[in-house]
Amino acid sequence: MNQQELEKKFQDRIDKGEIIEPKDWMPEQYRKQLIRMMSQHAHSEVVGMLPEGNWITRAPSLRRKAVLLAKVQDEGGHGLYIYSGAETLDISREEMVGEFLSGKAKYSSIFNYPTLSWADMGAIGWLVDGAAIVNQTALAKCSYGPYARAMVRICKEENFHHKQGYEILATLMKGTKEQREMAQDSVSRFWWPSLMMFGPHDKDSPHSSDLLRWKVKLFSNDTLRQRFIDRTIPQAENIGIEIPDPALKWNEETRHYEHGEIDWNEFKNVISGRGICNKERMKARRKAHEDGAWVREAAEAYAQKKVSKAVAV
Amino acid sequence: MTKETQWPLWEVFLQKKFGVPFEHAGNVHAPDKEMALQNARDVYSRRNEATCIWVVPSEAIASSSPEDAGSFFDPANDKIYRHPNFYKTPGASFE
Amino acid sequence: MMDTNHNKNLFDYCLRIADTSLVLGQRLGEWCGHAPILEEDIALTNISLDLIGQARMLLEYAGQVEGKGRTEDDLAYFRGEREFRNLLLAEQPNGDFGQTIMRQFLLSTYQYYFFTGLTKSSDTTLSALAEKSVKEVAYHVRHSSEWVKRLGSGTPESHQRMMNAVDELWMYTGDLFDADQTDAELTAAGIGVDLSQVKLQWENKVNEIFAEATLPVPQNIYFIKGSREGKHTEHLGHLLAEMQSLARAFPGAGW
Repeated sequence: MNQQELEKKFQDRIDKGEIIEPKDWMPEQYRKQLIRMMSQHAHSEVVGMLPEGNWITRAPSLRRKAVLLAKVQDEGGHGLYIYSGAETLDISREEMVGEFLSGKAKYSSIFNYPTLSWADMGAIGWLVDGAAIVNQTALAKCSYGPYARAMVRICKEENFHHKQGYEILATLMKGTKEQREMAQDSVSRFWWPSLMMFGPHDKDSPHSSDLLRWKVKLFSNDTLRQRFIDRTIPQAENIGIEIPDPALKWNEETRHYEHGEIDWNEFKNVISGRGICNKERMKARRKAHEDGAWVREAAEAYAQKKVSKAVAV
Repeated sequence: MTKETQWPLWEVFLQKKFGVPFEHAGNVHAPDKEMALQNARDVYSRRNEATCIWVVPSEAIASSSPEDAGSFFDPANDKIYRHPNFYKTPGASFE
Repeated sequence: MMDTNHNKNLFDYCLRIADTSLVLGQRLGEWCGHAPILEEDIALTNISLDLIGQARMLLEYAGQVEGKGRTEDDLAYFRGEREFRNLLLAEQPNGDFGQTIMRQFLLSTYQYYFFTGLTKSSDTTLSALAEKSVKEVAYHVRHSSEWVKRLGSGTPESHQRMMNAVDELWMYTGDLFDADQTDAELTAAGIGVDLSQVKLQWENKVNEIFAEATLPVPQNIYFIKGSREGKHTEHLGHLLAEMQSLARAFPGAGW
């Protein structure tokens, strides 16, 4: 079969809803786009450990400390599942991590915002993980088998993240005046960045059409963003948190909430490295990587010694 | 600067309950089999998902390729006499 | 009705076990997101979670024994450093990964034999807690001892770093077995653990793993002790300042 026929056959499989597995033939662009998306996703999980990791040592009760530790640990696990899925595309974790540490590969901008109060643990769980769940639930039905399977596992675990975040905010909203202010301040800071997590409007999204055709993405950015907003507003009302968007209103006809315009200037700035914490986050990851080099090397040297000893016997 | 390594890749199989078959769960990086077992335990059974774990070096796994699917599996399609419901056993109980 | 001296002893004894787990768990929590490889982030966090779980159960029991209505969080967040009873080794800083692993190995090995002894305690709450904890700690010993072997004999650099770690930490190991009157009374009552037994078992295990790791066991070291009277190194104050800051900024608040 020539290239054109192979591509046609591939697209037919996708259109029939078949799942692509690692050894199946796939267009080079499909492979490349998946690597880009999956490695970005994995890096985001790993960087995502930092803003919440910032509060593990200061969690205000032992129960909250345990929950937060388990949650941040899950983020690491999720990064690992996705790296693991991406490694089926003929790219090693070394290469992916290398591209991330060199600044070539991106990660989600949301993690370049600082965590300034305990309430941010609530807002991140509720809003950031809430947005992630909407995204990942869609990805769980994507055309690439290893990615879809990683998402199924992650979504299952992520539900606890979402709920614990909401519980933190609900508790603060029932607390003292200072605690309520802390909760409101946090949601006010994280609301817009959470909406940005879904990416640019459909008309400005450079990779969208290919990804939709290949069913790597099943829904457009705007569709998923709307789904998140519709789901989240009633939860906010339930605990008396205000959403910092004066233009927000329910449209009885469309049965959707309408929202004000997102500040895409801020989005572009944070993406291109001018967020408050871009430098901190990269510095922390590079330091962990460099400080750990001797450990990784020693473990490998030990394994090799064992092997050569076994051979000698 | 030391050599870059994230350690070799190991495939992880979990047995979810005693007596049931092992299922592929994912993979981990580890320098050797003992650490691979420990990493697999920490990564894939954080929620009490396993009673036993296998780890296998990824490079030790051979796989049939999708192109083989026709010649590997289709010939089994018409051997319906391998299935018990192929046979008529009027009146007798085989429960 | 137990006499008050006995209750005070038992309260203190619970704090020693609880605070060691809590402080060590807090230290390991500092690693989360910064470990040498992703798999190890997850592993260290698992250990930290086990330790914090142990601390919570023991602090809750300590509060009951004390009988003044203090909760696990009252005890964790509203005691000062002189009231903490954790072993000095637990509060030592993480240092590099080698030092964290060495601290873990020395303490987990101690905890393993200690909890094994405690499963036979005539205090049924303590023996039940020990049953649960000993399984967790058995894994911590396995994890940390495998690492000690790999780092001890991996590369010249890793060997040197492990030697430094031993050098840094060994002087706090005497504190593990520094039995006082409370230990003696509770052991005699069948509640506590005979630390001289734990010491022998601990030495055997440490000798065995150090030999495999090609690390010499230090001799004739001067030991620094004091945990049983709440005499700590300066490190604990900073650890607590961080851990307790939020809870103390909003006393009485719910979280």
